[in-house]
Amino acid sequence: MNYNINHLKELESESIYVLREVAAQFENPVLMFSGGKDSILMVHLAYKAFFPAKVPFPLLHIDTGHNFPETIKFRDDLVEKIGANLIVGSVQEAIDKRTVTEEKGVNASRNGLQTAVLLESLEKGKYDAALGGARRDEEKARAKERFFSHRDEFGQWDPKNQRPELWNIFNGKHQMGEHFRVFPISNWTELDVWQYLAMEKVELPSLYYAHERDVFERDGVLLADCDYIEKKPGETVFRETVRCRTIGDMTCTGVWKSTASTTDDIIEEVATTRMTERGGRTDDKRSETSMEDRKRKGYF
Amino acid sequence: MSESHKIDSELLRFTTAGSVDDGKSTLIGRLLYDSKSIFQDQYEQIERVSERRGEEGVNLALLTDGLKSEREQGITIDVAYRYFATPKRKFIIADTPGHIQYTRNMVTGASSANVALVLIDARNGVVEQTKRHAIIASLLQIPHVVVCINKMDLVDYDENVYNKIQDDFEKFAAKLDVIDVHFIPISALIGDNVVHRSDKTPWYDGPTLMYYLENVHIASDHNFIDCRFPVQYVVRPYNDEYHDYRGYAGRIAGGVIKKGDEVMLLPSGFHSKIKTIQGPAGEQEQAFPPESVTILLEDDFDLSRGDMIVRPNNKPDVTQDVEVMLVWFDSDKPLLEKGKYALMHTTQDVRCVIKEIRYKLDINTLHRLNEHDGIKMNDVARVVLRTTKPLFKDSYRTNRITGSLILIDEGTNNTVGAGMII
Repeated sequence: MNYNINHLKELESESIYVLREVAAQFENPVLMFSGGKDSILMVHLAYKAFFPAKVPFPLLHIDTGHNFPETIKFRDDLVEKIGANLIVGSVQEAIDKRTVTEEKGVNASRNGLQTAVLLESLEKGKYDAALGGARRDEEKARAKERFFSHRDEFGQWDPKNQRPELWNIFNGKHQMGEHFRVFPISNWTELDVWQYLAMEKVELPSLYYAHERDVFERDGVLLADCDYIEKKPGETVFRETVRCRTIGDMTCTGVWKSTASTTDDIIEEVATTRMTERGGRTDDKRSETSMEDRKRKGYF
Repeated sequence: MSESHKIDSELLRFTTAGSVDDGKSTLIGRLLYDSKSIFQDQYEQIERVSERRGEEGVNLALLTDGLKSEREQGITIDVAYRYFATPKRKFIIADTPGHIQYTRNMVTGASSANVALVLIDARNGVVEQTKRHAIIASLLQIPHVVVCINKMDLVDYDENVYNKIQDDFEKFAAKLDVIDVHFIPISALIGDNVVHRSDKTPWYDGPTLMYYLENVHIASDHNFIDCRFPVQYVVRPYNDEYHDYRGYAGRIAGGVIKKGDEVMLLPSGFHSKIKTIQGPAGEQEQAFPPESVTILLEDDFDLSRGDMIVRPNNKPDVTQDVEVMLVWFDSDKPLLEKGKYALMHTTQDVRCVIKEIRYKLDINTLHRLNEHDGIKMNDVARVVLRTTKPLFKDSYRTNRITGSLILIDEGTNNTVGAGMII
């Protein structure tokens, strides 16, 4: 008898274990939901982990107000389908209340403002664990993340002083006011995510599949034309067949020229592509350590 | 669909330990580069950095530096995880620093590995650091050790050099508890025997490193004999459809559990039968490590987190007295004899007192030191402890899951020690 499971089933089992550990060790966890494929995967895994009971934590969406409209519709449908409780932290409201200040100019983005709103939302809800869909293969600072990542009372990450994490024992002990970021899909790669979503026939927002859209080019990256981005002189809009590899705020998410219109096409494309998925994220391009800098302050 | 992404592949976790000079980062860079796992934008970025630093050629080692301080100091501080896949397997590398002051990081990386990759500089042979890495592999019971004798290009691919190092290592390893050791002559810089077979080592007829990693037998690395199911979480839907539903969720830590099996519940000692096994894809007939499932019993017993489901004729030790090899992690405080700590073992959360520190282990020589000036960060010691509640434990040798535990400082909540149960 061969007792063997394939890598996707092993990753699935690991993630389910981590999700259950969070439900067991924390009083008030929340799942950070962006509407992207990784957070959809997280919801799918959470649904399996606690079946037939409901997912025992609410979803938290930090809404920059600059979303692709498709994302919001998808989010609301999913929330209704699994009967989850949705909490929205609004960047627009924070700007109106002047807790944060909007960036100006052609490269303006609300990406950085999300951190303040996220921390405020976590504090308001008294959440002691925030589940995120970050993966270690995405970016070099994330390669050093723990599954259970401790944050101090200011929500900061101290990469030099992380708790050792051995075997499958996760230490979630914390003082009042501190919280944990927990990353159940740490060990998945982009290709694993797509293969698994295909195997499980999980529905995804249409943005991930090739579609025609008005775009323009900036610094070698294609951006979707929308009211939220001020165009520089000389930047002209044209029609192109594209898809998103990551979905974030419209101001910083690049779209890719692609004709991949089915999940199988996408797997083929991901397996053979020579660019990382965050290669289209202008938020990562601000400096060589921009992810580490943002994470230290409490970013996702 | 092309071959490189079929879904039917196994997952292999391996760990590397090494310092700046032995070529570890270059080797990882080489594995990633030759298996085409480096993306163009990543490559261009390290190309830019290499050029700015005035280095000759592209420094593949830069691929494995993550944090700002690591880039500044040119060293690896923490465990970094890397991923690559071939048509046969998906690989997770736990890349750790090799210096003695980072023993705790090496131990962390080793704890979940199937394979340990030990690097030796062919010019230097077996040195203190090699021995330390082998001892850690033995202590953490990594099932397979592959010794890469690197920089063969700098010793003219001399077979005698290779044989001498192999002899030295084997002599030393005879004192250890390493199960399966393999030797490969390589040059990470040039790529000899890493992914592609070298024509400079005609005297070597073994596999390349990549071939070894793709084919080493790991299916029996788990314990499939002694049934152990630590209850992690109790699923209770509280709705009309599943009114009396009480599911015990957890990950199989050992053995094969089948529907209809007679089981014993710990700590109560009651007997019951497995009624249903609910897996991520629905009901299943059996479950084995490392599957996460939800188990329903025939009888209405009230189990909770920390309890364990086992077979009546095959029980773990149920005891409050535990002896461990302990690796100490705390930089601020030494291990205190008579000290009290929180302790996590499987899904149990208890407290313990350190009854006795029996000896300190010199992790360069394996000598047992009865005279020492305390157990400090990165030290390894044999320790006797007593817990507030009985643990359901096996020896680390028979089961890495039910045989491992961590100690936590009750003041700071930091993980301060890792124990392998004897």
